[in-house]
Amino acid sequence: MRISTIFFFIIFYVNTALASPNIEYWTTGAGAEVYYVHAPELPMVDIQIVFDAGSSRDEDTLGIAMLTNSLLADGAGGDDADKISNDFESLGAIYATDISYDSASLQLRSLTESGLLKSAIINLKKVLSSPDFPTDALERRRSQMLIGIKAKQQSPAAIAKDAFMKATYQSHPYAKPSEGTETSVKAIKRKDIVSFYKKHYTAKNSMIAIVGAVSHELAKQISEDISAAFQDGEKASSIRAVEKLEEPQSIFIEYPSAQTHILVGQPGVKRGDSDYFPLYVGNHILGGGGMVSRLFEEIREKRGLSYSAYSYFSPMLFKGPFTAGLQTKTDQADEALSVLLENIKNYIAQGPTEEELIAAKKNITGGYPLRIDSNSKILNYVVVIGYYKLPLDYLETFNNNVEAVTIESIKDAFKRRLSPDKLVMVKVGVSSNKKSED
Amino acid sequence: MKHYWLKMEAIFLVLVLIIPGNTLARVYEYELDNGLKLLVKEDHRAPVVVTQVWYKVGGSYEYDGVTGISHALEHMMFKGTEKFPPGEFSRIISENGGRDNAFTGPDYTSYFQTLEKTRLPISFELEADRMRHLKLSNEEFIKEIEVVKEERRWRTEDNPQSFLYETAKATAFQTSPYRFPVVGWMQDLSSMTINDLSSWYKKWYAPNNATVVVVGDVDPNYVYALAYEYFSPLPAGEPIKINEHKEVPQQGTKRITVKRPAELPSIMMAYKTPVIKPQDKHQTEYDWEPYALEVLAGILDGGNSARIASRLVRGNEVAAGASASYQIASRLDNLFTLSGIPAEGKSIQELEVAFRNEILDLQTHLVSNEELQRVKAQVISADVYEKDSVFYQAMIIGILETVGLSWDLADAYVDRIKSVTNEQVLAVAKKYLIDDRLTVADLYPLSTKDKSSKIRSTIKGNTRAH
Repeated sequence: MRISTIFFFIIFYVNTALASPNIEYWTTGAGAEVYYVHAPELPMVDIQIVFDAGSSRDEDTLGIAMLTNSLLADGAGGDDADKISNDFESLGAIYATDISYDSASLQLRSLTESGLLKSAIINLKKVLSSPDFPTDALERRRSQMLIGIKAKQQSPAAIAKDAFMKATYQSHPYAKPSEGTETSVKAIKRKDIVSFYKKHYTAKNSMIAIVGAVSHELAKQISEDISAAFQDGEKASSIRAVEKLEEPQSIFIEYPSAQTHILVGQPGVKRGDSDYFPLYVGNHILGGGGMVSRLFEEIREKRGLSYSAYSYFSPMLFKGPFTAGLQTKTDQADEALSVLLENIKNYIAQGPTEEELIAAKKNITGGYPLRIDSNSKILNYVVVIGYYKLPLDYLETFNNNVEAVTIESIKDAFKRRLSPDKLVMVKVGVSSNKKSED
Repeated sequence: MKHYWLKMEAIFLVLVLIIPGNTLARVYEYELDNGLKLLVKEDHRAPVVVTQVWYKVGGSYEYDGVTGISHALEHMMFKGTEKFPPGEFSRIISENGGRDNAFTGPDYTSYFQTLEKTRLPISFELEADRMRHLKLSNEEFIKEIEVVKEERRWRTEDNPQSFLYETAKATAFQTSPYRFPVVGWMQDLSSMTINDLSSWYKKWYAPNNATVVVVGDVDPNYVYALAYEYFSPLPAGEPIKINEHKEVPQQGTKRITVKRPAELPSIMMAYKTPVIKPQDKHQTEYDWEPYALEVLAGILDGGNSARIASRLVRGNEVAAGASASYQIASRLDNLFTLSGIPAEGKSIQELEVAFRNEILDLQTHLVSNEELQRVKAQVISADVYEKDSVFYQAMIIGILETVGLSWDLADAYVDRIKSVTNEQVLAVAKKYLIDDRLTVADLYPLSTKDKSSKIRSTIKGNTRAH
């Protein structure tokens, strides 16, 4: 009889030492921080430039960070959007932008053949250094943002998410949607955008990540070249911290959907937080482990209540949210919510079992090679490490930090960081007095 | 703009000459005596291996009354065998640091695991076991079919865009099984039984109907030896005869309005178009047509400089967002779709006129060399970029094999695209993007604030459960 390979592997589990990407770091003459990984296998490079210009910087003009970011390539150095996009795309290059609460970024993916890469970088510099913010492009983007706001209103998931963030973050900028509101977006003026750009898209407010088949020397040259194009200016002032919630909140929003969407949570953890690893590993067991977690087991596998059931911490510059959620048909929403709450409360009170902790550690550490098996994934880590000032050996020490987590450290961190008596609970769907209309 | 033109030409030459083709990425092909096909591609960039097991079954193999059965069975494939009780599959993969899941499409059902490379035997042992030894329990099924219904509510019923797409497909196709949603109609999910699943499993889950694709830091000979060890003891199934329900010719434009709770109107225009045919049969003088349609889709929607973005979103600002999509590789003839949301103050009628003007332009004017070369440059570079993901490389191989084409088509693809001319783009626009092949579906929003907007049929579907 053949010995089962599976048991063989579990018993003789070998934690092979794996090479982590070597992240090099420097600061350019203009003051931009650069993080670089040499990945020579494919003739391509990814460059991401991140600015402290996310929607947390909106202040009273909600939506301005997103609008500014989206307008950069809509007109620059006298060229219009057609010319700029064609100049990237005829090289086979891809230009993209991204906005979050904490940052705004530009990304370029290009082949590394020197003529192609040079032309793509010239175009990228133009977009970065001399956006024109043309009036017609501004009005078009404004109108698209208004449509985007409406599009969210036809998604019960998006309605729930906005209500959850609003209740969780109260007066902190994380409470506001990145798209702004209909009123705020209509009120944004071109001069506000120009000054937002000048204030936030500066070298000192930026970091550059480069991953790909470019040499150290070339990466240096590219980063000097790009950052010389940035605005002069100072580092942005700090934003106030997230406040603790004083009482539980229960929010219901009427929406004519087949399912009720449920979100539960609180402010959670920030990047580089000393409790990060116990919370991450602990949540993996509670609701983060994909098809193997307590919430998945109790809500989907045992009861068939929802297609997805999950929880996660989103570490951010300030305490990002701890969120747990599911969606289920309306007449069983209350049952599903109570199973969700009960499991969260039990877990905070009792923590995981020894068996669960061992299994979670094996999954997380054994899956380490999967975290860094492509340039895209490496780039994502490099951006997080650089932007949030995590240690350069974050990836190398990742598995050791996971191994160091204990049942006690999970229980301790969950108890200190989450208060089950002060949870925000959001439900979006048809109200219960309506549900029996059939 | 002579100068600019020269510059474009130079860029294109650089792209054509310098970028290496697929020659580095050889695929090793094996077949076991029981008919199982194994395809292995080496990628040594990271110590990782992805395994995908593809079965030739999916929504387009179904018929009225059993829609959604392939997808429901995909869910049940995680519910245990004699050897491994329910939940063990995912638990074992998880404990080994792996990720696993599955997906079902019109032409395939695929199961995958990504693991550190030395753990490949684990996924082979588990996949071989559930290929023939699934234990279908009614107790598990009764719970799982409710999960599937929740998936349908989440993906389709509460998503106006998906709902519009589902209805457009069901309208466009009259006899082709592409009219069925992969997730199934709610009433079919409600009437499905464990016995239906059991016969479906016995019919389709056999080595002679499966392709195992492995991409990663592996030695092909070792993978073959491993496949032999785990999969060759499995008995072959009965040979399967597929009843090809071909689409009957359409006799005129079809129009449908879909009313759903929504904030925004939208439109989808779907033209019936051909796909790449297997090389060993049906090879005709028209086999360049799918590639010309692919280029045409790129002319319209290959990036922010393409016509939809530059003319409809910018330009005359008739669309807030719009896209073109062409299905080049599927088992049966499929669709070329244009879809979009009108800009503020514009109507779906105006957007339809704008789409039609773009089609007319393609039928009456040759696309510029500049545009043609931009599309080709994007295809050449995408061929490099997609090698950044082992998973995606395996997907391409799996899809091509499962829809009846061959993995080596991926090698030929870039060359075929490079040889498309602007005359060919015009020719396919005239031949296929015509009213007699067209279905237009409009989404008419019902207020989301009015509670009576809730669709009654949805509620009925919900309460019919066991």
